[in-house]
Amino acid sequence: MSVILNVENWSYTKVNQYIREKISEGETEFELHRVNGHRYLFAGIKQKIKAKILGVPGLDLGCFMSGPDIYVYGNVQDACGNTMEEGKIVVYGMAGDVIGYSMRGGKIFIKGDVGYRVGIHMKAYQDKHPVIVIGGKTGDFLGEYMAGGTIIVLGLFSQHPEKPITGKFLGTGMHGGVIYIRGELDPFFLGKNLKISPINEEDLTYLKTILTEYCADMDENLESIINDRFSKITPVSHRPYGNLYAY
Amino acid sequence: MFKDNKDISGCGVSGIINVKGSLIPGDLIIKSITCQEERGNGLGAGFAGYGIYPDFKEFYALHVMAEDKNSLERFERFLFQQVKAIYHEPIPTRKVKTIKNPPIFKRYFVKLELEEQLPTEEEENKLIEMVMYINANLNGVYILSSGKNMGVFKGVGFPEEIAEFFKIDEYQAYIWTAHNRFPTNTPGWWGGAHPFSLLDWSIVHNGEISSYGTNKRYLELFGYKCTLLTDTEVVTYLLDLLIRRHKLPIKLACTALAPPFWMEIERLEEEEKNLLEALRIVYGGALLNGPFAIIFAYNGGIVGLTDRVKLRPLVVAKFEDFYYLASEEAAIRTICPNPELIWYPKAGEPVIIEMPMGTIPNQKSYA
Repeated sequence: MSVILNVENWSYTKVNQYIREKISEGETEFELHRVNGHRYLFAGIKQKIKAKILGVPGLDLGCFMSGPDIYVYGNVQDACGNTMEEGKIVVYGMAGDVIGYSMRGGKIFIKGDVGYRVGIHMKAYQDKHPVIVIGGKTGDFLGEYMAGGTIIVLGLFSQHPEKPITGKFLGTGMHGGVIYIRGELDPFFLGKNLKISPINEEDLTYLKTILTEYCADMDENLESIINDRFSKITPVSHRPYGNLYAY
Repeated sequence: MFKDNKDISGCGVSGIINVKGSLIPGDLIIKSITCQEERGNGLGAGFAGYGIYPDFKEFYALHVMAEDKNSLERFERFLFQQVKAIYHEPIPTRKVKTIKNPPIFKRYFVKLELEEQLPTEEEENKLIEMVMYINANLNGVYILSSGKNMGVFKGVGFPEEIAEFFKIDEYQAYIWTAHNRFPTNTPGWWGGAHPFSLLDWSIVHNGEISSYGTNKRYLELFGYKCTLLTDTEVVTYLLDLLIRRHKLPIKLACTALAPPFWMEIERLEEEEKNLLEALRIVYGGALLNGPFAIIFAYNGGIVGLTDRVKLRPLVVAKFEDFYYLASEEAAIRTICPNPELIWYPKAGEPVIIEMPMGTIPNQKSYA
């Protein structure tokens, strides 16, 4: 049985307190109705719970969390998944800026377009490997200062069919991790010290695994996506800026 | 709520327009800006409304803030020599517990006393000259807004406190903008709250103008004086200079404020390339550096613009004759749950919403 809450007239503090209480009582499923701008929802939650959000959650949805699976039936605002460590956020709408900010594990799946600086400073460590999949298109500075993890951009479910698939300065300051872009990428959009290469068998196997899960969540057809061409963007070396500050 | 000014956050902005010129109750803009409560820290909030003075629509409405009675009397003696004030009164306020010792607020509906009829533009220049003189030279008084059929209400407090204080719920406007302030570099005082306004320009801003010094010196060449101790003030005067006086279309003026990178200009066709190169050279002093999301308005339109690397958020939505702009989507959905269209504008690309000409009195069109 889900805990069903209409949070329309609740402050975000009250919502979060209530959720924590219910989790400590052993509840594992939540459904939040009429969410609008409530900040920090599920922040820091470590338990493996499942949540449905109807509406537009406020900034920092799921920040620092290391457990929940959150399904958002609406758009998400800035800094969703900020420094999250484990769990999953699935968004059936669009997303704002700095999604997955400093994310260090878990998955964020977005159906539509995203804003600027998505995946900024993502990092991976040992068994932690964060993944962001974007069904639409992205703003500038995707994967800025990226240190690890994977970002996949499909460019399919976009509000802006006429626009390029990503913005400018893609991967600026990136020194780890991988960005996969469906189709070709004009090098103009690319940050410095990065290379574009075609995907290999290993990449394809990995993409298949992630996109199978993405398509299952989004109810989309995997075949039509995975058969497209993908480009792979990686830093030219582990320390592309090694000589910039210290030599 | 959060009085610690070391908290890290950003300001919040909101704007609404009805392009058919229907009046929007103040309650809506209050609801939208208070939805973004967390974005401010109680050190400033304000509202600008257009269409609020239909009975005096032909007069410049001066919203004046005075530190004390003496300053106000000195100001009035000066003002009444300069202009014909058809009507003046204290701006109605309510007592708000948390607002202690507010300044005195009065409004004056004035006409310039001229020997001959001047073209609108010259008349407006004369009015600006007077406003600049008063703000720079008369101690203890500031003219916070000076447009026709519009006015700015602002002060130190959270948005709901300032709204309560100025009775914003009792006004109706066809354009509203609002601000929730989180001052970082400059003092949180009554004059430094947003919107900033001159003639019918008003602007609310989230961010900081790192190029303030350059912009201020550039504006001084054209007679604008920056007196309100806050970076955002320069944007108001830049809009007046570029759009009203130099007659740049809004889109081009916004391009001067937030120009494309040279590497982008390099890729353009010859004609556009030449235009943008010329614009960047001629209006180098108008380039705004630093993070910003601004909403500005005038008698006839509302415009949203972010800096060219988008260091501050802005969301736009449309529903029937209404357009909404805000820092957060939730601030729009709280007053318009199901917009027809909602989008995040691209960095440096203005969203310009103008009413069709002939919708409101004294309408301006710059699109």
